[in-house]
Amino acid sequence: MFSNILIYFVVIPLLMLAGLALCKNIKQIRAVAVVGSLALTALSVYLLVDFLALRAAGDTAPMLYLGSWEWFGPLNINLSVGVDGISIAMLLLSSIIVFAGSFASWTIDQPKEFFLWLILLSTGVFGFFISIDLFTMFMFYEVALIPMYLLIGVWGSGRKEYSAMKLTLMLMGGSAFLMLGLIGIYYHSAPVGAERTWDLLEIARNGSISTGWQYFLFPMTFVGFGVLGAMFPFHTWSPDGHASAPTAVSMLHAGVLMKLGGYGCFRVAIYLMPEAAHDLAWIFLVLTGISVVYGAFSACVQTDLKYINAYSSVSHCGLVLFAILMLNTTAMTGAIMQMLSHGLMTALFFALIGQIYGRTHTRDITKMGGLMQIMPYLSVCYVIAGMASLGLPGLSGFVAEMTIFVGSFAHTDMFHRVFTVLACCSIVITAVYILRVVGKLLFGPVQDEHHRQLTDATWWERVSTVTLIVCVAAIGCFPNFFANLIRATFTPEIFTVLGLN
Amino acid sequence: MDYSQFLAMKQEIGLLVVFLLVFLYDTFMPQRSGKALPVFTTVLMLAATVAGFFPCLLGTGSMSAFAGMYETSPIVCAIKGVLNIGVVIVLIQSYVWADSAPMQQRRGEYLELTLLTLFGMYLMISARHFLLFVIGLETASLPLATMVALDKDHYESREAAVKYILTAIFSSAVFMMGLSYVYGLSGSLYFNDIAVNIASQMSPLLIIAMVFVMAGIGFKLSLVPFHLWTADVYQGAPTSVTSYLSVISKGSAAFAFLVILAQAFGTIYADTWEWMLYALIVLTITIGNLFAMRQRNMKRFLAFSSVSQAGYIMLGVIAFNVTGMASLVYYILVYIFSNLAAFGVIQAIENATGKLSMDDYKGLYKTNPRLSFAMMLAMFSLAGIPPFAGFFSKFFIFTGAIAQRSVAIYVLVLIALINTIISLYYYLLVVKAMFISPDECVIPTFKSACSERLGLWITVAGIILLGIVSCVYNWLSGIAVM
Repeated sequence: MFSNILIYFVVIPLLMLAGLALCKNIKQIRAVAVVGSLALTALSVYLLVDFLALRAAGDTAPMLYLGSWEWFGPLNINLSVGVDGISIAMLLLSSIIVFAGSFASWTIDQPKEFFLWLILLSTGVFGFFISIDLFTMFMFYEVALIPMYLLIGVWGSGRKEYSAMKLTLMLMGGSAFLMLGLIGIYYHSAPVGAERTWDLLEIARNGSISTGWQYFLFPMTFVGFGVLGAMFPFHTWSPDGHASAPTAVSMLHAGVLMKLGGYGCFRVAIYLMPEAAHDLAWIFLVLTGISVVYGAFSACVQTDLKYINAYSSVSHCGLVLFAILMLNTTAMTGAIMQMLSHGLMTALFFALIGQIYGRTHTRDITKMGGLMQIMPYLSVCYVIAGMASLGLPGLSGFVAEMTIFVGSFAHTDMFHRVFTVLACCSIVITAVYILRVVGKLLFGPVQDEHHRQLTDATWWERVSTVTLIVCVAAIGCFPNFFANLIRATFTPEIFTVLGLN
Repeated sequence: MDYSQFLAMKQEIGLLVVFLLVFLYDTFMPQRSGKALPVFTTVLMLAATVAGFFPCLLGTGSMSAFAGMYETSPIVCAIKGVLNIGVVIVLIQSYVWADSAPMQQRRGEYLELTLLTLFGMYLMISARHFLLFVIGLETASLPLATMVALDKDHYESREAAVKYILTAIFSSAVFMMGLSYVYGLSGSLYFNDIAVNIASQMSPLLIIAMVFVMAGIGFKLSLVPFHLWTADVYQGAPTSVTSYLSVISKGSAAFAFLVILAQAFGTIYADTWEWMLYALIVLTITIGNLFAMRQRNMKRFLAFSSVSQAGYIMLGVIAFNVTGMASLVYYILVYIFSNLAAFGVIQAIENATGKLSMDDYKGLYKTNPRLSFAMMLAMFSLAGIPPFAGFFSKFFIFTGAIAQRSVAIYVLVLIALINTIISLYYYLLVVKAMFISPDECVIPTFKSACSERLGLWITVAGIILLGIVSCVYNWLSGIAVM
């Protein structure tokens, strides 16, 4: 079991939990968090290199590093792991954000409990991305959700009790539909008489879910994951949750957790039920189209920095699901790029907002201004994050959105064209709300004279932001590297399943 | 006479031996050594539990006694073993209460009656003839009323006892009314004969008989609309007895219900009781949850939570297959550990401070972090959050139910799943009070007794391990037969 490299993505966080339990003071806790997340990052980089080497050597299997160990034999539940380019990209993203998040919560209260929950959350996230067994996937998915309640409830700000409860219940509500969908898939996973399975690859190979059942199970799973992907009208947990959460949790949540939704929609709903995906995509295209435009408009009128970014996340994550539903290689590649890009830049945004809030004790943009004169480092970072968000070439946002819209435009019918154009409009609206904040917050006159005494970023804050900026720029400058990594996944096999181009 | 049939009853005989030893000890030993009685009982029960498991693990087939009135099989041994484990934990958790001043005179009664009711539950589980079943049912019900009244200095305890005994008697009457119809229709009280004889004669009378039978057991399991006694009795009874009522009594009745429906009425599954049970499950889960949301008293809160949990357990019955049966036993096992962890915390706090309201739990994490942690795990497990055992038991019981693959069952499971969200809300209220609510810290820091800590360690270990360590479920799955 331990000869499989993927297992260590779960083992390392568990070791970190054990290490935390032994910690006596904050220095040891920080050491555990930093060493652990560095180890995870190193592991995912190694995995990336090794994976590319294997692909270069001509290994074209859809998933590599496969491993399977029996768990609940009578129900044929196994602990099965395997990754492809998309999972590796997600693992890399998660480990970087956990790393940056550890630095962003350098001076948190009750650090032991905080990191305990944070690492439990990341255990769920890593476990989810390496699983290819529906049961374990779902289990890790829920493991990642529940720590949010305590993280927001205890360490949050504002209406934290309300937001924590709302977020938890809505996400768990989504997972209720998801659970039903997954059990349903299990019972249709194999032809009558054959042994049923929870294994994603086998279910896709068997292809025995009849179209009628797909019409029932596809919405269940897509909505179930879609709630976490902030799909309209199930997005309302997201602004409140993000606004109340402490910095590192907002980073992890917007940066990684929301990606679980998009990833799940692709990996389970579309991959296993391509016919229903093809036929029902229009319903969800309408909904995600609304997410994209509505999220962007909402962000324009908010005055709380976190709300602005939370609505911007709704818009950007909506675009992820929107692109996935286009069901072609280009758009889907764009969707995965958008996940990476949005994960990194939103994490950067939330880190910066947390750092600004920690100094000014307000997030209201009408009460702040001229921060460029006071804290130039943070302000410059904020501008970079903003530019990435509105799609400036050279940063990650441009690459992702460009790919998505090119892919979407490949559809020649009126319906897809109209929605693509509408979604494209969101780019302009994004520019409006980003520039509004940048103008008011950073370049306007100083609103509060007390702010003049504030200091610029400390070294740990710089570590956290620099890490993220480097990654955002890396995607922007070397898009082909990432696109190839991802595109290798959309092997002919998947598209024979999808029955499309 | 073939004496080897008594071998089939080894668990009952073991329990009776334990009972007799406890009784003799209580009667003949001097008063001052009464303090050791609970420990003595626990040790004996532990021995009986271990002994009861052995041939079961070796996998003997089913055996019967008394001309087929009594039957045992590996899964029956397993559920009895599960109940035994629960009783051992309940006993450990009740040491402090049994040692309290008003209880010192009645310590013996408490222990002996516990063992006797357990004996009744054994008979209910193993009965394959309604006569034996009714004997078991009465043995299990009537002494419980006395146990509920053990805190007789408290008005609530006496009131609860009266409520309990009246409902118990009434439900028995209803149940036997139904049985008389069944007997009239089938001409037998053997489960197997009933199944054969009624298979071909669907009639309105049979449906009425089924209504009575299900109502009678519904009272025992506190299924809605037969749950009205639950909250008052659970609140009024001494907490140790409440925990016994909510896990052991409920668990045994659930399994007995499964056996009756599957063996005696299995042939008319689709015509009658599937739809009745369907309605009962929907009502039980939903109404139990809705009422639990507003409760502030922890015991009342857990009473309504246990009402809705009974609804989930019934999903294993409606599944009517081997997976459902294994999942039901597994669910009961996990439920015993989770609920007893919650009751363990409540008892520790009640014994130390006398506080029982959820409002008093505010800021508990600041003063008693370990107790709050145990309580949180119990709540998460009851709500079905991974990686705790409750998640696995819920998942499997849903999986078992959906094996029917009819649309109606999908709808039922969806209703149950939506209800898990409601239940998550109120379980999180407890977590919120302990961890999040602004510091009021009504309950000061205290050191709980050794026995209370032992009980909590056992239950918490169970909550964490029973799910992840898959061999328990796999073993139950291997021995379950319909």
